[in-house]
Parts: sequence; C-alpha cells; structure tokens
Amino acid sequence: MTVKLSQAAEDKIEEIKKRYPDVKSAVMPALYIAQEELGFISDQAIEWVSQKVGMAPVHVREVATFYTMYYRKPVGRYHVQVCRTLSCAICGAKKLTERLRQRFGIKPGEVSADGMWSYEEVECLGSCGTAPMAEINDTYFENLTTEKLDQLIDRIGKEKPDLRYSTIKDKIGDGLKDCQKSEVVKF
Amino acid sequence: MAQHPSILLKNIKQPGQHTLSGYESRGGYSTIRKVLKMEPAKVTDEVKTSGLRGRGGAGFGCGVKWGFIPKGNTKPVYLINNADESEPGTFKDRVLLELDPHLVIEGMLICAWAVQSNWSCIYIRGEYGYPYTRIKAAVDEAYAKGYLGDNIFGTGFKHHMVVHRGAGAYICGEETALLNSLEGKKGQPRLKPPFFPAAIGLYGCPTIVNNTETLAALPWILENGGKAYAAIGTEKSTGTKLISASGHINKPGVYEIALGYPLLQFIEDECGGIRGGKKLKAVIPGGSSMPVLRADELAGVNIDYESLVKAGSHLGSGGFMVMDETTDMVEVALNVAHFYAHESCGQCTPCREGGHWIEKIFRRIAHGDGLGGDVQLVESICGQVAGHTICAFGEALSWPAQAFIRKFPDEFKHKIGDALVGIRSKRESLNFEYEGAH
Ligand SMILES: Cc1cc2nc3c(=O)[nH]c(=O)nc-3n(C[C@H](O)[C@H](O)[C@H](O)COP(=O)(O)O)c2cc1C
Ligand code: FES
Repeated sequence: MTVKLSQAAEDKIEEIKKRYPDVKSAVMPALYIAQEELGFISDQAIEWVSQKVGMAPVHVREVATFYTMYYRKPVGRYHVQVCRTLSCAICGAKKLTERLRQRFGIKPGEVSADGMWSYEEVECLGSCGTAPMAEINDTYFENLTTEKLDQLIDRIGKEKPDLRYSTIKDKIGDGLKDCQKSEVVKF
Repeated sequence: MAQHPSILLKNIKQPGQHTLSGYESRGGYSTIRKVLKMEPAKVTDEVKTSGLRGRGGAGFGCGVKWGFIPKGNTKPVYLINNADESEPGTFKDRVLLELDPHLVIEGMLICAWAVQSNWSCIYIRGEYGYPYTRIKAAVDEAYAKGYLGDNIFGTGFKHHMVVHRGAGAYICGEETALLNSLEGKKGQPRLKPPFFPAAIGLYGCPTIVNNTETLAALPWILENGGKAYAAIGTEKSTGTKLISASGHINKPGVYEIALGYPLLQFIEDECGGIRGGKKLKAVIPGGSSMPVLRADELAGVNIDYESLVKAGSHLGSGGFMVMDETTDMVEVALNVAHFYAHESCGQCTPCREGGHWIEKIFRRIAHGDGLGGDVQLVESICGQVAGHTICAFGEALSWPAQAFIRKFPDEFKHKIGDALVGIRSKRESLNFEYEGAH
C-alpha cells in the first residue's frame, strides 16, 4: 500500500511536473519531497514516487540508490557531513571527523542512540576557500575548528534549530540565531 | 597588485544585488532588451568574436558550440545551465548564484535568444541549498515581472526556466550524465561522438549545455561587444576567469583575473602568499582532475589555457589548490584517488575498477606496506583507464594519479623503500581513518 503524503506535498509535485518537457524529469524532485516528509526513502516512498511520475518502481529505485543525497535508511535528526576532499583535508578536516567520532561515540553512517546525531564524510562541497567545513542537514558551516564545532553542536543540541532545506517551500530553515546561512567567501 | 577588469564580480559586493530591483538599479536587464531586437545569428557571431571559451573545464568555444545546432532543426531547443560545480577546489559558480543570480539569468536569456530556445534549466548541485534559494527566488521574481514566461519583455518571445536540484553525484557535472539525470535516469554519461548534445541532447532534442560562469559573461559581451572582450587576456584565452583559490594561502577566495596573469604573482599578490611564512610546494591549477605542478615548474607560467598546457597541466575549472612544503604528497595522492574511486558512476569497467585499485595501492604505500612494483603498477592502470572510458572521467582519474607519482617520485620511493626493509616510520595521515573502514 502506498503512503499518503500531505496535501502540500501532493500539490507541489503536481506543480513541478508541469514545468518539464516530460514528467520523468520530476523523479528527483519527487524523491526530495518524499524524503522531506518521510525522513528517508522507504519502499513506500519509492511506490509513491513511481505513481506520481509514471515510472516503474525499479527505475525509481535505481535513481534513489544512485545519488548520495537520498537516504535509504534513517539518519539522525541532525546529520553532519564533513568535507574530506583535498582543500579541507590539508586544512585539518580530519580533526573535525575525529572530534565527532569522540563526541558521539558512533562510526560514520551510524545514528546516536537518542536519534539526534549521525555523521559522515563527504566529498568537496564547494566551500574550499573556507576550509575546513561541514554541512549540517542543509546548512553550511565554514572555517571550522574543533572548538567551533563543539560550540556548534552544543548550541544545536540546546536550541534544536531548523537547518533543513524544504523542497516544498523552496526555503532553508530559520537556523541558528546570529549564524549566517552562508558565509560567503572573501574577495 | 595588477588591476583586473571586473566583468563577473563587478557588482557582487553591492547590497541587494541578488534582488531584481538591486540588479536593475545597476543597469541589469538592459542588455537583454537590446539583444531581443538583434538577429539571433548576430548574437552568436558576437560571442564567437569575443573568443569566450567554456568555463566548466573543457574550454570549448562558446559561440562555436551554439553553431552546432543542426540547420533546419524543427525540434525544440533546450538550454542547460550547468551549475553542478563539483570539481574539487571549485566554488566560483556558487558565488554568482548566491550573490548575482539575475546576472546568470540575463546571460541565459541571451543564449536562449541566440539559439531560439523556449525552455531552460539550471541544474544546481543538491548540496547548494542556500544558493538554490537565491537563484530560485530570482527566477520567481523574473517570472513575476514578465522577464520569463510566455511573452518576455513584451516581445512575444517565450522562455520558461526551471531550477533543478542534483542529489550528490559528481558525475552529473559531465554534460551527458547531466542530461540523463534530468531525464529521470541514473546520472551516467552517454557515448559521444557521434552525437553531441547540441545535436541530440535532452529528450533527443538539440541542447546547449554551458557552465554558469560562461553564461554570466554574456551580458558584458553583448553590452560592450565581442571585440572589447577579446581585447582582454591573451590571443587564445580571452577575457577574465574566476579563480577559486584554496589551500595553504593567506587569503583564500574567489578572484576574477584577466587570463594570462602570472601564476606566481597571483599566489603572492591576490592570495597573500603562503600561510605561516612557509614555502610553496605544489599547485593544482584547475581542479583536482588536473595534473599537479611542482613549485619549481611555475616560473614564467601564466594562468590561461595555453600556458598551463605548456607547463603540463590545464586551466580546467580554475580550482586553484595550493600546498606548502609540509604537505605529504603520498597522502595527497591517496586523498584524491579516494575521491575518484568514490565518484565513478560504475558504467565503464576500467574506471569503476581502476579507481579502487589506484586508491588501494596509494593506501598501502601510505600505510608503509608498499610493494616494489607499486609505482609502475599505478602507471600501468592509469594507462589502461585514460582514453578507454565513455566520458572524460577516465582522464580525470588517471591524470592526477600519474602526476603525483611522476612529479614526486622520491616521496613514493622513500615510503616503499622503508617498507621493503621493514622500517616503520610514524605516519601523519591526512585522511580520517578508523578500524574496519577499508
Ligand atoms: C567528470 C566531469 C565532470 C564535470 N563537471 C562539471 C561541472 O561540475 N560543472 C561544469 O560546468 N562542467 C563540468 N564538466 C564539463 C561539462 O561536461 C561540459 O563540458 C560543460 O558544462 C560545458 O559548458 P562550458 O562549455 O560552458 O564549459 C565536467 C566534465 C567531466 C568529464
Ligand atoms: S575541498 Fe572541502 S569544500 Fe572543497
């Protein structure tokens, strides 16, 4: 049985489908919408998407597993992605990941017992000029040090801000007070 | 410090530049109004005259590519703005999308008119959440003003624009992988030749794929003329280029330079020299797919397409990564090899398997377990991958690996030599590693 998503989600995908020369192009946005409501891409989510865009479930599954940003299993409420690629690496990214491992007591890809945290290493996020950096849910935090990362995690744990990007609203969550949504490179 | 013409970043620091009113208050959208009165072929000619080359990595002539749309074509023509920006070391398109999104839209409209396209798509990498909100808001504003839609600027010309988020796959920056991704398939590249996207692209229709920075240069070119653009830079590398500078430098960031600018001067003047008074060891000038250059190879090298090729590398995307004397090149080689092993789309066997083999060999050398023939083995694998894959990922994977072992042979030999005689020196690893990971 297919899951039911909110009316906003249903409306959004119908609107998106009209924008493309062919509805198949809407498979990626549809997966994002499903993930936003369900937390990850479950088998039911694949079912839902396949009905919306008129593709066989197996083809939707192919797409969902090809890209790294669709999660096939739940991640923590706050998912920290540390960039491990060259510019970040030579500016100390390893220390950030080691600090996370120490703090959360879990390995990359695992979720903390309270469901709050998970972390992983990812490839270049296009913030190499403000290395090292990490993305928490959909928000970038740049020019990090282990101390800054610690403060950040403390604050997030307390304030529980919305750091997600909403596919339905085309908007990034309100985030931490006084924290810039994007710390744009220096000129 | 040299004075560089400011074409792409001219208004980037202006308050409210990301809004339509801010953009228009500084002359924005005036060029497209004039362009819409021009003969489309004249627009293409102007771009040809400018000598503008693609800024996404390959450096192909922009106007020339537009000319590849088949004569007498009756199918719809599509335009794709490649904003996938995932080449390690590159973060320039993000600046344009975030801070001057209407410049990008105006550039796209100019291209759309030249190639008579009624539909375009900005394919932006999925991780760029905030830049997405900026470019999406800009597109919505343009729609509200009638600058996009069925009758743009009241001229009767129809143009619709979609912003499409990728979902974390480096390969989707490759234009044919992007097209497959946009058709709702896995992002795996298509075989070309015989057919290039300009002839058979999205849903079988002629499709122009251009990088964000390429498109953002168009308003200036059409406003000031192709000749004026060609007067900047060198004969074959015309105009300005955004350089994303990162690594061990004092002032990392995005810089706009006139092509042909001396590389060492760029490091000293723009980048503020090497951090902590250390010495320069190596530079990757065009994103991590391009061969590394040693400090002693840089005298007399300029930042432009030809000079960097002569020096043994490429301008690529302009992802300029600087490493100081303390950098361990075996660790760097391992870091870069991991990226390519991870990002292969899995379609071609040499790339899918070869990437992991190279990473494995670099890992054992770094760990002090290198074997006698390892360097030769990497060479041989690279030789079997490059040129034997559907897309240029094969080269992107092989070139850097080859360059690291050729340019810094002693570091590899030293580690392997120690391993062979049983010396275990302490390792300062660059990469996060934990038990059970590999
Ligand atoms: C593996 C690979 C990755 C690429 N990634 C990008 C990218 O992230 N952004 C981009 O604009 N071009 C990228 N390209 C180049 C595109 O295929 C294409 O040449 C370019 O978008 C054309 O636009 P241009 O002529 O304006 O440069 C990549 C190419 C390859 C082979
Ligand atoms: S290397 Fe980390 S953001 Fe590019």
